[in-house]
Amino acid sequence: MTEQAPQTHYTAAQIDALLESMAAQLRRHLAERGISDYALIGIHSGGAWVADALHQRLQPAAELGTLDISFYRDDFSHRGLQSRVRPTALPFDVDAAHLVLVDDALMSGRTARAALNELFDYGRPASVTLAVLFDIGRRELPISADICGAHVALPPGQRVELRGPAPLTADVIEYTQRGNQGRT
Amino acid sequence: MIAEPATDPLQLTGDGQLRNFLSIEGLPRSVLEQILDNAASFVDVGDRAIKKVPLLRGKTVVNLFFEASTRTRTTFELAAKRLSADVLNIDIARSATSKGESLMDMLRNLEAMASDMFVVRHADSGAPHYIARHATPEVAIINAGDGRHAHPTQAMLDMYTIRHYKGGFAGLKVAIIGDILHSRVARSQIHALNILGAEEVRVIGPRTLLPADIERLGVSVYHDLSQGLRDVDVVIALRLQKERMDSALLPSESEFFRLYGLNNERLRHAHPEAIIMHPGPINRGVEIASEVADGKRSVILHQVTFGIAVRMAVMSMCMSGRETEQRGRGGDHATAR
Repeated sequence: MTEQAPQTHYTAAQIDALLESMAAQLRRHLAERGISDYALIGIHSGGAWVADALHQRLQPAAELGTLDISFYRDDFSHRGLQSRVRPTALPFDVDAAHLVLVDDALMSGRTARAALNELFDYGRPASVTLAVLFDIGRRELPISADICGAHVALPPGQRVELRGPAPLTADVIEYTQRGNQGRT
Repeated sequence: MIAEPATDPLQLTGDGQLRNFLSIEGLPRSVLEQILDNAASFVDVGDRAIKKVPLLRGKTVVNLFFEASTRTRTTFELAAKRLSADVLNIDIARSATSKGESLMDMLRNLEAMASDMFVVRHADSGAPHYIARHATPEVAIINAGDGRHAHPTQAMLDMYTIRHYKGGFAGLKVAIIGDILHSRVARSQIHALNILGAEEVRVIGPRTLLPADIERLGVSVYHDLSQGLRDVDVVIALRLQKERMDSALLPSESEFFRLYGLNNERLRHAHPEAIIMHPGPINRGVEIASEVADGKRSVILHQVTFGIAVRMAVMSMCMSGRETEQRGRGGDHATAR
């Protein structure tokens, strides 16, 4: 894990270094648990980009999966349905599988919770590992990442926005509560 | 192509979200496309171990069917249940309305039971609009077919099916065959195809089963089936609605089949990769031969499957529009995520 100094922009090279770090952590993490057969699942859309980058580095046997958690968000009554929902695609059997859930940023933990709820509607996985590129650290639920590219402590009103899919760069941006589309 | 219609406040919120789904008319292309896009995400729900998503958990959907329909009611019920809603099916024939209670009294009672959505089917055109105008703003209304007027969710599941098999609507020639006069489905299909940008919509049928001013809806009219089918990409056979017509409109069912029944021979005129659709239930040997209904190009059963996903999309979008509208009125309490 890399301790990042506060910065407002992450270049493609910096993101690449974070991805290398995540891939190395993930290899160790899975080896320690004796897991050789696993599947990567990226949460749309930034998480899917990060998962794709990890998939290229780690090359697991299973195809890359993607998850759109829009139907599982806990703030439907506040914000309604997101305008662009992308189909979830899990091209492997979730039941008894070791899964690595990947997102670009972890903040409140609500996206990860929604993703877990959705995964369990497909089956009962043997394990789920959470891997994130950035940990923003403003947790509202007891959820933490097993694998993390960088810890970036941001005050309320700021978040990291990943830009991609290629090259991947990131910016710290200001957001309003109304304008926030609910990332992690 | 029909121009983008003006915003219909009965159907859309101030910021353009769906609040009621009463007819295709009055809706912009973007909303129709959003229904299709969202439906694409809901299709997979039927393939999961747990065939549910929690979007409408805690909501109550009331199926108000004033006109019998097992198929449509069942798909609406399944759609609501797959969204985790609680569903009430009101058997109107046995309800208090038959004991003299007025429609408005019944609606007020259902509203008092904290219902969130009414799915309305009625033999009278305009009944869902009437209910939408008089119901409390907290309840979303979805038209499940009214008289000869509209059947918008059926039209949207047909649009979904067409887009699924043909990739889009640009350059597409679509033929709708048969009893256009009595068909609320055809009317909604024509509006949807025009709004979504189909190249040509043809209606094919005997003069007695075509409305006199049908061209005003932006369609080409054919009375000869073979001519009308020439090079079309999509063929939609309509159910002959015998219950809605007096015998003078048709000499006989066999005569109708002889002139307008879909069989393999007639389909030679259509594009070789044309798909065959039918809103069901099928009158085999009247509007369509079994060899076509069960043939390789038939997508009729897929329409049924897609129908659940499309209704899930419409229900969740209406609820979403209503929730955000209500919250907008009462202040935004959204929290940072």
